[in-house]
Amino acid sequence: MDISRREWLKLVGQATAIATSGSLLSRAAAAQTNARILILGAGAAGAALANRLSEQLVGGSITLLDPRPEHWYQPGFTLIAAGLKPASYSISQTAQWLPRSATLLSEAAAEIDPDSQTVTTIQGRKIAYDILIVATGLRLDYESIEGMSLDLIGTRGIGSVYAGPALAEKTWQLLDQFTQTGGHALFSRPDTEMKCAGAPLKYAFITEDYATRRGTRDRITIDYCANNNSLFGVPIVSEKVRMLFAERGIDTHYNHIMTAIDADRQIATFQTPQGAVEKSFDFINVIPPMVAHDVVRQSPLPWQTGPWAAQGWVDVDPATLRHKRYPNVFAVGDVAGVPKGKTAASVKWQVPVVVDHIIADLSGRESVEQYNGYTSCPLITKIGRAMLIEFDYKNNLTPSFPGIIAPLEELWISWLMKEVALKATYNAMLRGRA
Amino acid sequence: MKELSIGMLLAIFEEIFGAGLFWAMVICALVVIGLFVLLIIRDKGLIAGRFLWSEITAPIGALAAILFVQIMTDSGFKDLGGPIDLILLIAIGCGGALVAPMFTYLLLGLRDSRR
Ligand SMILES: Cc1cc2nc3c(=O)[nH]c(=O)nc-3n(C[C@H](O)[C@H](O)[C@H](O)COP(=O)(O)OP(=O)(O)OC[C@H]3O[C@@H](n4cnc5c(N)ncnc54)[C@H](O)[C@@H]3O)c2cc1C
Repeated sequence: MDISRREWLKLVGQATAIATSGSLLSRAAAAQTNARILILGAGAAGAALANRLSEQLVGGSITLLDPRPEHWYQPGFTLIAAGLKPASYSISQTAQWLPRSATLLSEAAAEIDPDSQTVTTIQGRKIAYDILIVATGLRLDYESIEGMSLDLIGTRGIGSVYAGPALAEKTWQLLDQFTQTGGHALFSRPDTEMKCAGAPLKYAFITEDYATRRGTRDRITIDYCANNNSLFGVPIVSEKVRMLFAERGIDTHYNHIMTAIDADRQIATFQTPQGAVEKSFDFINVIPPMVAHDVVRQSPLPWQTGPWAAQGWVDVDPATLRHKRYPNVFAVGDVAGVPKGKTAASVKWQVPVVVDHIIADLSGRESVEQYNGYTSCPLITKIGRAMLIEFDYKNNLTPSFPGIIAPLEELWISWLMKEVALKATYNAMLRGRA
Repeated sequence: MKELSIGMLLAIFEEIFGAGLFWAMVICALVVIGLFVLLIIRDKGLIAGRFLWSEITAPIGALAAILFVQIMTDSGFKDLGGPIDLILLIAIGCGGALVAPMFTYLLLGLRDSRR
């Protein structure tokens, strides 16, 4: 594959010129095309892309591949695991979010060949594309923790907020019980890139808060194990969390990477600079390593060197999310190999940027839209309060309401955003309206 | 967030309440305000007695609005963490303190016109 970006632009431009000749655009911003757009994954990014693209394109085709008929609103998992919402809070049907003009095939992509511009599904269907958007999210690699499997969740004090709505609810049942009886709680985060890096911290805070409310705090000890020497990728936030953990009596351990779990003995093993360390637990929130799905990892799309090569994140330009080697391929959402950006809030910013680049390609112009790494996470510090943390690639805080909502303050208004506004904003984003 | 447009805000509110309920609420609010204004025009100003009675409902409206938000959101007074929280609480209270008297004034006005 060695078509340069410029050549590709020219090609698409010519195709568009042919396609648009003799017909008028129906909408001012719309581009007439006969391009075949294929989106892998109809989650947060896939659905939002399909809606925005169908709004702005006349002609052409939009096809989505996603084997899961259910759409999961994942930021809700934390509220489910906090006992505030039922599992159904996060579940809807994928098809309900998609525009009528798009075609959803309930098949998983199994092979991506960017040279021949085709994707093959698990069922063996071969689909040719002109533009490919990879939006498959990421894979929770539970199996890479020795002794861990999904069926353990909800038993023996083993919870996992990330595992899905039903298992988040099971995790709540364990937490509910644990904060009544007491014991030792263990929290950690994996040594890979991860979605919503605030979520492991939130759950430690929530556990502490429940125990305090229930008057069982003195019967509970809490350990938080960070994978490296910070608690959060943004230094100023890490410092704030360190202070809050100290204030709440949450013991912090650095450079602890969970490698194994013994369910029967209720012991988790961590790799540390001093060697393997065993820690017992009565309640644990297992957050597994996160990697790209196999279909992406086994394709030519990921980074070829560095730590992201092993994790399989797609090698895209951080500002445009366009593939560095295949200009007609984009990656949006969790699967994109960029330093920040694994949140739904990032997707909200990324989608219009990528759509503009695609429309520009199809119209023969150049887009100047850029994604700056915007990532956001309402970091719950107790039920009823949160810190509205927003930042960019450079680790700058980028508050949406500067001077009004302080990012490093535990605020009720930030909690209201998480509980009331976040899902609504997410849904509006899926529909391409936010 | 990159930008917050009116269209985006409307979309978000539609998602919070459902499009039908949201626009029904907007229409209701407009009708109440419209009737209130009509009443004032008809009576050539506020009627003091009616206004006094309706004013009494202001604190009830304020408290009701605040409690409503708290009940709907798993949070309470103890969660106020900074100045903006207090401002928000006061704003919610002001909303309730404005709507309740207006509504009461309207009801009293309707009752009076029946007589
Ligand atoms: C516990 C938790 C808390 C979170 N909290 C927040 C928060 O507070 N704020 C925030 O902004 N974000 C939060 N997030 C992160 C947010 O949910 C994700 O970043 C977002 O969903 C990413 O969107 P995506 O489209 O990349 O992936 P997803 O939404 O996961 O969608 C990926 C889709 O791809 C499909 N797929 C997978 N493999 C294939 C295949 N081979 N072929 C075709 N389709 C495939 C999947 O079925 C899925 O539907 C949280 C996440 C979790 C788990």
